[in-house]
Amino acid sequence: MSTIAVFIERRGGAIKRAALEAITAARFHADRVIALELGSDVDGLLAAYGVHEVVSIEHALLERYSSQAVAEAIAQWAKSRQVATLFFGATAMGKELAPRVAVHLEAAYVPDCVELAASDGHLDAVRPLYAGKVRATVRPLTERAVYSLRPNMFTARPAEQPSTPEFSTFTPSLSQEQCRVVVTEIVRNEGKLDVLEADIVVSGGRGMKGPEHFVLIEELAAVLGGAVGASRAVVDAGWRPHSEQVGQTGKTVSPNLYLACGISGAVQHLAGMSSSKVIAAINKDKDAPIFKVADYGIVGDVFEVIPKLIERIRALKQSSAS
Amino acid sequence: MVVMTILTCISYVPDTAAKIGVTADGSGLELGGAKYILNPYDEFAIEEALLQRERHGGRVVALTVGSDAAKEILRTALAMGADSAAIIAATGLDSFGVAANIAAYANAINASLVLLGRQSIDHDSFQMASTVGALLGIPAISVVSKLDIEGDRVRAERDIEGGKEVLEATLPLVVSVQKGINNPRYPKLPEIMKAKSKPIESVEPVAVSPRAAMVRYQVPQLKRANKILGDSDADITEFVRLLHEEAKVI
Ligand SMILES: Cc1cc2nc3c(=O)[nH]c(=O)nc-3n(C[C@H](O)[C@H](O)[C@@H](O)COP(=O)(O)OP(=O)(O)OC[C@H]3O[C@@H](n4cnc5c(N)ncnc54)[C@H](O)[C@@H]3O)c2cc1C
Ligand SMILES: Cc1cc2nc3c(=O)[nH]c(=O)nc-3n(C[C@H](O)[C@H](O)[C@H](O)COP(=O)(O)OP(=O)(O)OC[C@H]3O[C@@H](n4cnc5c(N)ncnc54)[C@H](O)[C@@H]3O)c2cc1C
Repeated sequence: MSTIAVFIERRGGAIKRAALEAITAARFHADRVIALELGSDVDGLLAAYGVHEVVSIEHALLERYSSQAVAEAIAQWAKSRQVATLFFGATAMGKELAPRVAVHLEAAYVPDCVELAASDGHLDAVRPLYAGKVRATVRPLTERAVYSLRPNMFTARPAEQPSTPEFSTFTPSLSQEQCRVVVTEIVRNEGKLDVLEADIVVSGGRGMKGPEHFVLIEELAAVLGGAVGASRAVVDAGWRPHSEQVGQTGKTVSPNLYLACGISGAVQHLAGMSSSKVIAAINKDKDAPIFKVADYGIVGDVFEVIPKLIERIRALKQSSAS
Repeated sequence: MVVMTILTCISYVPDTAAKIGVTADGSGLELGGAKYILNPYDEFAIEEALLQRERHGGRVVALTVGSDAAKEILRTALAMGADSAAIIAATGLDSFGVAANIAAYANAINASLVLLGRQSIDHDSFQMASTVGALLGIPAISVVSKLDIEGDRVRAERDIEGGKEVLEATLPLVVSVQKGINNPRYPKLPEIMKAKSKPIESVEPVAVSPRAAMVRYQVPQLKRANKILGDSDADITEFVRLLHEEAKVI
């Protein structure tokens, strides 16, 4: 019987969506899905998502998060249970943890998967290379394999029938030497939705003409309940912070809607957003490359179009709310 | 105190503007004609190594795993100020094979700090720091935007979703750096000339079995609706309708 273990990442106690997406994908490819928790949070969501078993990894040395120790602990557990396939969300945490676990398990690490497909007894994965210009199908050549799944590429869907998971605790054997790195503090950008976690991203580029005009982007993002993103041109110019930069040297996002305003669509920008579900663009140049990858576009001036859009969308939200 | 050896690993990658194609049968990539450059993130790794050496003393060694042509980027690292450089001439390695070679070399020179870029813009895996760290049995911190070292104690900041993490660690350590951690220096002409005559050590690769294979490549098919409208009031209304009713994203 095939088993896939999924690492459950939490933020402020709540399970991250990337973990729910990984569980949903795991259900599809395995008969048994095991949720691996740090600590002993109990969550009805795991039953709703149909996991068969929940394992809490507990150890006094794990009180402060240490990627080194957690990777060691997960690998010890996987060996003890002979679990050969593990899924992580390709989040900041997952991307650091998963390759370490893979080394401890002598497993292949398959990063940033956007599709999974079983074929001849292998679980192959598709992943973008060269800034998304090509896609490769990667096949693990080892008995064990560790995958990280790009957020928002797999749908998170509760199981048809909720499960009654078995609960157990695993206590790894860890030494101080295996916790030589620890997280001592987490600083949040309060009150700001991150482009990595938003369903809608509204980005502005050099076509916005100056930092003062980003109020338009902020307002449009606010009516849509989305996050503000930016091209590198405006980040380099100091108009917007680096944390908002989308693209090859910024963040890779896959929201449900990516709306690019006054962005030309350079290949390095596309690298960070071309896997978005829906792409829309506003640009005054009908030949701007962004339109080639767009589902919907308006050829027009951002300063005329965006205020009208804000008005229409606000009206739409009000009519659907009443 | 022992002298700190800092290893900085750099990759030789097709320029981001390069056209990358797939062979007709999907079995390979067509990189013909692509111009190769120093991976942009690795400039920050080299600079960070030089800055740490300025603060703490020690020596900086630059390493690349790849074809002989990659010596070009080692010259850049030498011109920026690296003390020495080494190449492990091996091609066709998967990421794990590259990591195993980096780890073996780090061990051989007894590196106490290994500095990498956050991602190599060819395969964009973000994994090398963790993999090398695990192979060496030492901690690793990825996507670091600030690095302070005091004796063997390290304080780092790294970017995460919606904020940053502050971490503490001790040497030896592997770190991958984020853009913005420093401003890479531009080597001046005399340094570029001097770098040309510095020796580059050739290191025998260690043989490791690959852990993954790329079995097929494809050019992504754009399945985009591509409905491009004008800017009349009617067009803007239609644009909102399409997003709401057709795409159902707002
Ligand atoms: C299954 C598979 C098969 C492959 N086959 C080939 C092949 O046949 N030919 C080929 O050319 N490539 C091949 N590659 C790609 C090659 O292994 C990668 O380019 C590799 O160098 C690292 O990419 P990464 O995305 O894992 O690195 P990342 O984790 O994104 O890189 C992070 C950092 O690691 C350091 N780094 C990365 N690569 C090197 C390097 N080579 N030398 C020194 N430092 C480095 C840099 O500091 C970089 O910033 C293959 C990869 C895989 C997974
Ligand atoms: C190694 C490397 C890495 C890079 N990484 C990134 C990255 O991570 N992210 C990134 O974004 N870029 C990146 N770039 C830069 C990229 O090549 C482009 O330079 C950048 O994306 C351009 O930003 P832009 O679209 O805002 O500006 P421009 O290319 O100047 O485009 C501005 C657009 O606005 C339109 N416009 C102007 N006025 C108006 C108006 N009034 N109304 C409507 N439209 C208007 C114009 O028609 C034009 O299309 C990278 C480059 C390199 C070499």
